[in-house]
Amino acid sequence: MADQHQLCTFFLEQRFFGIEVEKVQEVIRYQVITPVPLAPSVVRGLINLRGQIVTAIDLRRLLQVSDRTDERLPINIVIQTPRQGIFSLLVDRIGDVLEVDEESFEHPPDTLDGIARELIRGAYKLQGRLLLVLNVEKLFSPEILNRGHEVAST
Amino acid sequence: MDDILKEFLTESLEGLDLLDTKFVMLEQNPDDRDTLASIFRAVHTIKGTCGFLGFGHLEKLTHAGENLLSLLRDGKLKFTQEIASALLNMLDAVRTMLGEVERTGGDGEESYPGLIETLNRLKEGGNAPPTAPPVAPPTLAPDISQNSVADGIFLDAASSTPDLLPPLPPAPKTAPTSQALPDNLFFFSEPEPPASETSPPPPEPIARAAPAVPISDPVPAERSSAPPSGGTLTPIAESSIRVDVPLLDKLMNLVGELVLARNQILEYSVLQENSPLLAASQRLNLITSELQEGIMRTRMQPIHNIWSKFPRVVRDLSVSCGKQVRVEMEGKETELDKSLIEAMKDPLTHLIRNAIDHGVELPAIRRANGKPEEGRLSMRAYHEGGQVHIEIGDDGAGINPGKLRNKALEKGLITPERATTMSDQDIRRLIFLPGFSTAEKITNISGRGVGMDVVKTNIEKIGGVIDLESELGHGTTFKIRIPLTLAIVPALIITTGKERFAIPQVNLLELIRVNEEQRNTAIEYVHSNPVYRLRGKLLPIVHLNRELRLTTASTSSVINIVVLQAGQHQFGLVVDQINDTQEIVVKPLDKVLQDIPVFAGATIMGDGRVALILDVLGIAQQAKVLSDTHDPSLSAQLRAGRTRTAERQTLLLVRSPGNSRLAIPLGPVSRLEEIPMDQVETAGEVDVVQYRGQILPLIHLRDILAERRSFNRLSASEGSGGSADLLQVIVFGDSTCQVGLIVDEILDIIQDVFEIKGRSTRTGVSSTLVIQGRVTELFDVESFLRRVAPLLASVEEV
Repeated sequence: MADQHQLCTFFLEQRFFGIEVEKVQEVIRYQVITPVPLAPSVVRGLINLRGQIVTAIDLRRLLQVSDRTDERLPINIVIQTPRQGIFSLLVDRIGDVLEVDEESFEHPPDTLDGIARELIRGAYKLQGRLLLVLNVEKLFSPEILNRGHEVAST
Repeated sequence: MDDILKEFLTESLEGLDLLDTKFVMLEQNPDDRDTLASIFRAVHTIKGTCGFLGFGHLEKLTHAGENLLSLLRDGKLKFTQEIASALLNMLDAVRTMLGEVERTGGDGEESYPGLIETLNRLKEGGNAPPTAPPVAPPTLAPDISQNSVADGIFLDAASSTPDLLPPLPPAPKTAPTSQALPDNLFFFSEPEPPASETSPPPPEPIARAAPAVPISDPVPAERSSAPPSGGTLTPIAESSIRVDVPLLDKLMNLVGELVLARNQILEYSVLQENSPLLAASQRLNLITSELQEGIMRTRMQPIHNIWSKFPRVVRDLSVSCGKQVRVEMEGKETELDKSLIEAMKDPLTHLIRNAIDHGVELPAIRRANGKPEEGRLSMRAYHEGGQVHIEIGDDGAGINPGKLRNKALEKGLITPERATTMSDQDIRRLIFLPGFSTAEKITNISGRGVGMDVVKTNIEKIGGVIDLESELGHGTTFKIRIPLTLAIVPALIITTGKERFAIPQVNLLELIRVNEEQRNTAIEYVHSNPVYRLRGKLLPIVHLNRELRLTTASTSSVINIVVLQAGQHQFGLVVDQINDTQEIVVKPLDKVLQDIPVFAGATIMGDGRVALILDVLGIAQQAKVLSDTHDPSLSAQLRAGRTRTAERQTLLLVRSPGNSRLAIPLGPVSRLEEIPMDQVETAGEVDVVQYRGQILPLIHLRDILAERRSFNRLSASEGSGGSADLLQVIVFGDSTCQVGLIVDEILDIIQDVFEIKGRSTRTGVSSTLVIQGRVTELFDVESFLRRVAPLLASVEEV
């Protein structure tokens, strides 16, 4: 049981990601976002989560995946950790909660570099596809957000 | 910590605060038996509880104090300044011990033997013959003897007739006899001491309250009339209960949410044609408003809660400065939010210290200037326009603008040109600059140069404003305005770039609407800075959409200007649309966004969407409204601006091979030339051209940047950009030694402040910048010239 994990999974295009389920507070459909001028571009803006103001981070921009072109609206994964507080991650599509085996875990290859190397903790080798696990602790730090911003502006 | 202990601490600390006030009252009216009795009871209660809880040291000390007090109460002993000082010292010791109890649960190691001895000696002293004061015991606590010294000095300096009064010996005095009273007693003189008719008039009592506003007991009468019961504590009043502050904070938050929900419902109900709903929502509106007000009131406290500590501060300070100061308080029942009260404590204390230390003159000087020897310190508080106004004034020397001007020049805070153009009022405001102190000598009270700027910062931190009025020779008054509360504020909602923003009404002065006809002429330019003529004065204009880098879609025919106050400055903010005013609940932004200075927070609007709250001061700073010449308080920023100007560079932007961008510092560039291809000749290994009677060697940029390749012949690597027959050449160097750099295309010349963003990526490049939103490499001219030096030599040989 100790080497079993539950991951909340989601998609960016065809990429398959996961976050430890304990860190996900809730998943909600798209909310109206108020943009924050002058903020790093990965910060899409602020949403109203039942009276609480939550910062929404665009995972595409954070991982330097080009913005989506279709009309479909992103989904909010609201994440809460003791260190970083509460924030929302905008993703394309939500997947199932999967139970993964620690034995199938592998660290990212050396060829992975840049911001993705810091944000992707590793991959679970599932049947037919890889499930990339995000390092939640690092997602929501001013340092990472500003770096994403710079790269995005090149 | 168990509940009994907690209760004991709360009660005792409250009791102590009360005692401070009472002692000062007693000094003015030493024969007031009632006050004495209530002091006695309070000390007795503390003592009793200490014994009950087993705090031995604390009990011993309070016991000594109680004994002394009981003699005073029974009239067996006369209340003197020395006794007052000893008792006040005892209060401080008790406070320290209580602090220890709070931290550790025990009353600490310190048993204050010196202080106890002093108390006991004073008790005995009452019966000692007046002509034979006992010699000071060697173990006398140092603080006590110091106090006595201070008293002696005070007498000397403060006395109106120093020739008649020999300086008092610094040795501790016994309680003065009635004969000695008029000479020694300046605090506690009875209203009309009969002896004073024959002896020189004693200096005025220092802390006598203004008759109109006595420093009264803030606690309900039940307390002072409570029977002295050893150990049991009676509640302050049946009609009040203690509530935890966190609970109040939570209620406050909930009410905030309710206000938002109410706003939402109101918005919807107006759209519906459903009259019962409309009626219900109106009622909800009223109830919510009332509830909000009620909850806000629970957090409100009278300013007296901090003011009550000041009479003692004033007393101690004026004694140690040798000055006489009378405190006048007006409006001490004025209420403001608890958190604000806490935040105001330090700034106010600082202002009061300043007023006594620097403001009020020494009695002799005051007399020479025809003023009463006793200085006046006035504290005023009142509500006006949804804000709390607090004024701290003295009738002292006032601030000398000439002196300030010189000091500011000396410290390099203003330029000589500015010094001549600044008004006296602007000069006076210089005292709010960091590191500014005009005190001729640094005292242990104030004048170390940290101070007024901290006061200003602290007040601004809670959304307040401070200003001063001063008249030379007549005194100085500091005027502070702070909001009633911070959590819910009235705000103006505006729209810019399709987004709504809230501007706190505190900063709002007026709204201007410029009509279509005036649209093109209303905003004029001073150099390139837009201004608007507001009643004959030029108001700097800031475009919100430009500051926020938003595109304004609205092509509305009018211009909306919101006139705002940022510190001492006004500016006009151009917005697309002005909506309405609303009460908004301020919510802080996440820490990842707190670096953005133009936002103070966010709020939720009636439709459930989030709107950002503008930080007017932040916008003013970003738009550099504050750093223009008529701003005295931000010369530091001016300086920062100046260094920035120094870093301004002019760069030549060229397209480098591979379609990337390269910036070349314009400094070493002497000319830009277009040279026809067919004029290029070859000299040895190098391409050259005859140029102004000299031979100009030509180097291709791509050869400099691409490390691996050697210096190829130009013919072998033809320029791909620009015109095929014309070479774009940048000529470096002076007339004796020049070299031409061939680039593909010259794009632009830009002048700006550039921030180096990245390190060098390859040889020939010194660093990487972001220019016009694109990453641009900065050409390393120095290493280029070094590298081409041998080529130049070879050309000369040819």
